[in-house]
Amino acid sequence: MRIGLFVPCYVDAFYPEVAIATLELLESLGHEVSYPREQTCCGQPMANTGDQKAAAAAEAHFVKCFEDFEVVVGPSGSCVHHIRVHLDACEQTPETLRVRKAVRELSEFLHEDQKVNTFPKAVFPHKVGVHDSCTAVRGLRQARPSELPNLPAYSMSRDLLKYIPGLQIIEAERVDECCGFGGSFCVTDAAVSTKMGHDRAHDFVRKGAEYIASGDMSCLLQLKGVIDREKLPLKVVHMAQILNGGPFA
Amino acid sequence: MSLFRMFGDKPVDPQDAAARFIEDSKHEEAHDRLVWAMRTNRDKAVAALPDWEDLRSVASQIKEHTLTHLDTYLEHFEAAATANGVHVHWARDGAEHNAIVVQIFEERGVKLAIKSKSMLQEECGMSESLTKHGIEARESDLGERIQQLSHERPSHIVVPSIHQLRTDVAELFAKHLGTDPNNSDPHYLAESMRNDARPQFLRAQAGMTGANFAIAETGAIVVCTNEGNADIGATVPPLQVCSIGIEKLIPRQIDLAVMLRMLSRSALGPPMTQYTTHLRKPRPGAELHFILVDNKRSERLGSKEFWHVLKCIRCGACMNTCPVYRRSGGLAYGGTYSGPIGIVLDPAFDPHKYHELPFHSSLCGSCSEVCPVKIDIADQIYKWRREIVSQGELPAVEQAGIGVLGEVLAHPGLFEATETVGLRTLKLLPNAVLANRLNPWTNGRKMPVPAQTTFRQWFEDNRRRDGEDA
Amino acid sequence: MNVNMTAREAILGAVRLALPKPAVALPDEIHFLGKPRISSNVGYKGELPDLEKVAGFPAPEESLVPFFEKQLVAMGGRSFRVGSAMEARAKATELFPEARVWASTVPEVPGNRRVRAGDSPGSFADVDVAVVRSRLGVAEAAAVWLDSEDLVVPSLGVLAQHLIVMIDPSKIVPTLHEAYGGGLSGETNPYGVFMAGPSATGDIEGVIIHGAQGARSLIVLFAEEELR
Repeated sequence: MRIGLFVPCYVDAFYPEVAIATLELLESLGHEVSYPREQTCCGQPMANTGDQKAAAAAEAHFVKCFEDFEVVVGPSGSCVHHIRVHLDACEQTPETLRVRKAVRELSEFLHEDQKVNTFPKAVFPHKVGVHDSCTAVRGLRQARPSELPNLPAYSMSRDLLKYIPGLQIIEAERVDECCGFGGSFCVTDAAVSTKMGHDRAHDFVRKGAEYIASGDMSCLLQLKGVIDREKLPLKVVHMAQILNGGPFA
Repeated sequence: MSLFRMFGDKPVDPQDAAARFIEDSKHEEAHDRLVWAMRTNRDKAVAALPDWEDLRSVASQIKEHTLTHLDTYLEHFEAAATANGVHVHWARDGAEHNAIVVQIFEERGVKLAIKSKSMLQEECGMSESLTKHGIEARESDLGERIQQLSHERPSHIVVPSIHQLRTDVAELFAKHLGTDPNNSDPHYLAESMRNDARPQFLRAQAGMTGANFAIAETGAIVVCTNEGNADIGATVPPLQVCSIGIEKLIPRQIDLAVMLRMLSRSALGPPMTQYTTHLRKPRPGAELHFILVDNKRSERLGSKEFWHVLKCIRCGACMNTCPVYRRSGGLAYGGTYSGPIGIVLDPAFDPHKYHELPFHSSLCGSCSEVCPVKIDIADQIYKWRREIVSQGELPAVEQAGIGVLGEVLAHPGLFEATETVGLRTLKLLPNAVLANRLNPWTNGRKMPVPAQTTFRQWFEDNRRRDGEDA
Repeated sequence: MNVNMTAREAILGAVRLALPKPAVALPDEIHFLGKPRISSNVGYKGELPDLEKVAGFPAPEESLVPFFEKQLVAMGGRSFRVGSAMEARAKATELFPEARVWASTVPEVPGNRRVRAGDSPGSFADVDVAVVRSRLGVAEAAAVWLDSEDLVVPSLGVLAQHLIVMIDPSKIVPTLHEAYGGGLSGETNPYGVFMAGPSATGDIEGVIIHGAQGARSLIVLFAEEELR
């Protein structure tokens, strides 16, 4: 299968290891992975402010970059969610609709599409707090939302992590409360955002986690900001990095 | 609208209000803890009902059916209520509503009315209007009375004073009830209020309620309370006035079962409120008035994007679960309604005043999951942002910034150049420059460190093969 | 706003124009999980919610009383079973030895304050204990239905400091579906209330307090009708 690699803009700038890990993971499954060099951004930062006009061009460009791929994989729940559900500022051409359906988030690609059950390069004998992003849980339904305890529990991220020997999964007390990143929210509503990040990080500290793992680097960026400022005994790591055995920052 | 005149037309700044609430860590931490406890209790109740999803679907469908046939059900309700001997009035907006209440009261020499909780009456600014006519509308619900004495709006639609600590209430009651300012035992405080309120209830000339549900089939209304205050108001004074939003209609009595099984569980956890009061006809020798109020509801109904919010049964579950609400307190929203539902209701009343509310959300989506009538509140918040921008209400400076960002991200060359320059600049800037009060990120968080090379560069250096673009 | 139009006409007109399309049907066929508890004739064809999966809920042939008793405690109330009128009187005085003003609408437990239709509602403000009988109970919430007929003067139910409610166990139904579809269909009283435990509030820091405005305590006595 020829896969288009989608690298979120902030991953490109701040966390290239996550993109490298994603690339290597996909290649290890035997796929031909291409990286469209002209890609920039999925348009979410503009769309989230409600400014459809500002988002349109970036979204159209995204479609153009990926329109020749059968499958597009990106290591970010929030970006994939935006593409799948909200990429509507640009014209809804047949290509647009095809790309919107073709984009897969890394965890769902591994768990649902490829049904991977072994990660030979992964060595991670640590206590890992699992932080699924809100878009991964409530947007992409990658895990049962805690709001619906009447339904049977399931979680793609935890299933994947269970294949890593020695890795101990740690649950936060408030299992899937938001970390407070929220896109531009983290600066327009800084006080609330910071408090949310603070509370989330401390939840994991109290539960004895050594790492916080997530499929969304944006959440980890937020949490790391708090962790570094408060010098908390925690490190952050992306799912791709664990499953691929690196590279780590 | 008098209420908004009273609080001013200046745009509400929820971010600033929230920041001040958080600074007062004693209040914020208690508030977050107590309100989260309500979410936890709700979860326990939901876990015990395997049919919860079915109930939600049925409840949602009952409401959507009613709203898509609302004219028929309103007429049916009016006919049934009138046949029961109820006086049915209609009010287009808050001003008309208040005028009707004033007229009913003045004609009968009412000087004191006891009222139970009604968000609609809050919307209409009824109490302030009555005060101007020399009529006191005294809140009977403990939390509402605390707010009334504090000259504050209710901060939560179910527990209106949850943002106040017991010590705050002790101080308030010492001032107004003459209680011991050093005794903040909630039992003592509640007992003091009980004894202070009872004589008033007995001498009031009128009782007032809102309505949780109005049943078209029977012309009756249902009011849910935990204190029983609606019952005192409904059974003691000789005159009863109930304010009913037109979206409160449900078709049949049996539909109540679905709604009531969800309401209290969603709000606080128990299967029902302590009192579920049914008012159908005036008691012998007494008068019963219903006021059906529009106040922008028919306008919402006609909105293709936003009519679903009319399904709301005012359970408050969205507030309990909202991580932003719990850390802001309800007063930060500056409107009649707060929390996620407030974000999607208040701006329709005044887009200019409330244009910041839809941005006071991290879009986590939890509200949509807990809503018993399946309003996709998070999606409504997202759509309200588009509405605000298209109405030109986004601050110009932000709009310019977003516009530029959009341009940069649409052009790969521009993006790469900006990224390179931006990251290089970020790396060179000393921490002192970055971590200052003007940078909203750094009051509590460290800035992310730019990578040595971007992925793009890494790919160039390590993977690009000749003749291949990607 | 057309001032020549009445508010009623204006509102109904605006609503008619605004009705969202397409119209949504009233749910008629609802299939809940699990087995039916009773036959369904409450407007929803198919199966009713199955509370057997709720922890401790009785099987179809079992009594609802134990579940009701437990739920009532959770709501802040208490209950007792009495087999005779004498037992009922003894239990009442045992529970409220210091009560002086008793208002009763039931033959089993006489009071010393008469309750007659037409009495002034406020005249019951000094009642310590009211004793009434409910004709319908709902197990899932331990709620008892009281209407103007049961209370004779409705304010009695909410002005008395304490409330004793007698109920025949055979009058208890599992959920609100059975209540509204069965015993309450055709109900026409001016006033009716489901009481699930005593008056309560959590408005001050979430601390649960009983006796906020209405009854400080609610006691349910399981007693067959016309108890001797």
